Amino acid sequence: MSDITKLTISQTLEGLKNKQFSATELTKAYLQDMEAKRNLNAYVLETPEQALAQAKVADTNYANGTPRTLEGIPLGIKDIFCTKDVRTTACSHILDGFVPQYESTVTSKLFNDGAICLGKLNMDEFAMGGSNENSFYGPVVNPWHEERNLVPGGSSGGSAAAVAANICAAATGTDTGGSIRQPAAFCGVTGIKPTYGRCSRYGIMAFASSLDQAGPIAKDVKDCAILLQSMSGYDPKDSTSVNKEVPNFTSFIGQSVKGLKIGIPAEYRPQGLNQEIADYWDKGIEILKQAGAEIVNISLPNTKYALAAYYIIAPAEASSNLARYDGARYGLRIDGKNLDEMYTNSRTSGFGAEVKRRIMIGTYVLSAGYYDAYYLKAQKVRRLIQNDFVEAFKKCDIILTPTSPLAAFPIGDKTMRESPINMWLNDVFTVSVNLAGLPGMSLPIGLSKDGLPFGLQLIGRSFDEETIFKTAAIIEQEAKFERLK
Amino acid sequence: MSVDTQTVKKIAFLSHLKIDDDKIDTVGAEFNKIISWVEQLNEANTDNVEPLVSVNDTKLTLRKDEVVEGNQADKILKNAPAAEYDYFVVPKVVE
Repeated sequence: MSDITKLTISQTLEGLKNKQFSATELTKAYLQDMEAKRNLNAYVLETPEQALAQAKVADTNYANGTPRTLEGIPLGIKDIFCTKDVRTTACSHILDGFVPQYESTVTSKLFNDGAICLGKLNMDEFAMGGSNENSFYGPVVNPWHEERNLVPGGSSGGSAAAVAANICAAATGTDTGGSIRQPAAFCGVTGIKPTYGRCSRYGIMAFASSLDQAGPIAKDVKDCAILLQSMSGYDPKDSTSVNKEVPNFTSFIGQSVKGLKIGIPAEYRPQGLNQEIADYWDKGIEILKQAGAEIVNISLPNTKYALAAYYIIAPAEASSNLARYDGARYGLRIDGKNLDEMYTNSRTSGFGAEVKRRIMIGTYVLSAGYYDAYYLKAQKVRRLIQNDFVEAFKKCDIILTPTSPLAAFPIGDKTMRESPINMWLNDVFTVSVNLAGLPGMSLPIGLSKDGLPFGLQLIGRSFDEETIFKTAAIIEQEAKFERLK
Repeated sequence: MSVDTQTVKKIAFLSHLKIDDDKIDTVGAEFNKIISWVEQLNEANTDNVEPLVSVNDTKLTLRKDEVVEGNQADKILKNAPAAEYDYFVVPKVVE
C-alpha cells in the first residue's frame, strides 16, 4: 500500500501544488491499492481509464499554473449518482447494465472542480439498509479487523469502507435516515449530511425524496468542508434545492467555540445505552466544555416516535419513486404474456427482499382506507419532531449525540437477520435529523475495548453547517483518533 | 390492526410484485409485525397538528414553458431493453 494514498485532501492538494507527486502518479497509486483491496468489495465498478484521463488533464492544469479547487483529487462515487457513460445501478439487479446519458449535478460539480473518478462504490440496494448487506453485488467488509468480517454500515457502506481503507481520497454518499453518518461511524471516518436543499438531488436515484440528501464521506472534518463546498448550491434542475449563498465552510475550522451552547438531549441516553458509547459521549461533552463551550440539557420528547414515522414516510415515498422500474425503458426486463406480466416479472426478479418489503409497506400505507391512519399520522408526527428541534435550538446552538447505538456488527449477524425491525433500530439516533431536514455530521471519537470505532453526531440548525464544522474540528483535534494506515 | 392474506395479496398486486403461494403466510406475518410496530404512533397526540410535507418553506419557482433539452431520442432509448423507430417496444397491449 502506498503512502500518498493515506494523505487527506488538503495534504494531497499541497503535494500536487508543490510537485511532490503528479496527479497521474497519485491516481496510479490509488488504482494499485484498489486492486490490492478488492477483497473488501467496496467498488462495484472501477474506472481506471477515465481516472487516468482526468489525471492527465489535472497534470496539465498544474503545469500551466491553473489548477481548480479539487484538481487531481481521486474520489469514489456511490453507485446511486448517475455518471455519464459509466454504469450506475444503485446496486440493484433491476438496473442491470444501465448506463446514464447524463451526469448528476453533484458529481458534475466535483468533476468540474478537477476531481477524478476512481469508480463506483457499493451500497445497500437503492440505499435501503444499514449494513450494506442488501447489495446485489454482495456485502462490503469493514476494513477495521478485516478478519472479523464486520459490516461497514450502510447504506453508503462502500463509501465509508473505501475512505477508511485509503482506496479513495474521499467519497460521495447519500443519507435518507443515516446512510452517511452511520457507516462513517462504523468505519472511523467523517461524514456530513447537509441541510435538506443544500445539494441538488438531480441525477441521484430517488429513494425518499423529502429526506434524501447527498454529502461527503472523508478522512477528516476539513476534507468534508472542502468537498461540501464543491457539492453545494442551487440547481434549477432540483426544485427543492435552495437558492442560498454557500458559506466558505473551511473558514470556520479553527474558530473558537467559546460561549457556544451545546445541547445534550436526555432522550438520546435511554436505559441500557451501551456504556462505552455513553462514556465516549461524555468525553465529547468534556472536550467542548474544556474549549469554553456551555453545556445545556435539552429535551426532544418525540424522539421515541421518529423511527415509526420514518418507516412509514420513507417506504411511502419509495413505493412511488420505484414505480418507474418496470422493465419498459431501462434495466432488467423479464418477458411475460402481456404488459402487466412483464412489469410484475421484471420487478419480482429485479428487486431484493428489503426493497420489496418497503415497496409493499409504502403501497399499504398509501392505499385507500389506510392513508389517514398511517401516512397522514406519520406526517403529523414529523411536524412534532421538527418542532422539538425548533424549541431545542432556542436554548442551544448545536446538539451533540452518539451516531449509533452500536459499533460494527458481523456480516450475517443472527439478531439483525431475525427481524427487519432489529436492523431498523440502529437508525434511532439518525432518522430525526432527516425528518427535520437538519444538517448532521458523524466524526470518530475513539475505539471500543475490542478495537472498533465509535462516532459522535453533531446536529446543527437548518443551513448552519458552519457551526458543525467549527465544533467538529475542536472535537477532532482533541480526540486524536487514529485512522487506519 | 391485523392484515389478512387477501390484503397482502392485494398489496403485492398493487406493487406489481409476485409472492409465491407458499410464501404468503411468512410475508403476511412479517408484514403484520411491522404494521403493529408502527402503530405506536397512535400514542402521539397530533390533534390540531398540520402534517409536515416539506421541511423547506421555499416556494417553487416558475419557468417559461419551453424546450431546454430536446431532440435526444437516441439518448433516451440508449438503455431500452427493446426499441424500434424511436419508440420503446413492449408486449402488445391492444388486441
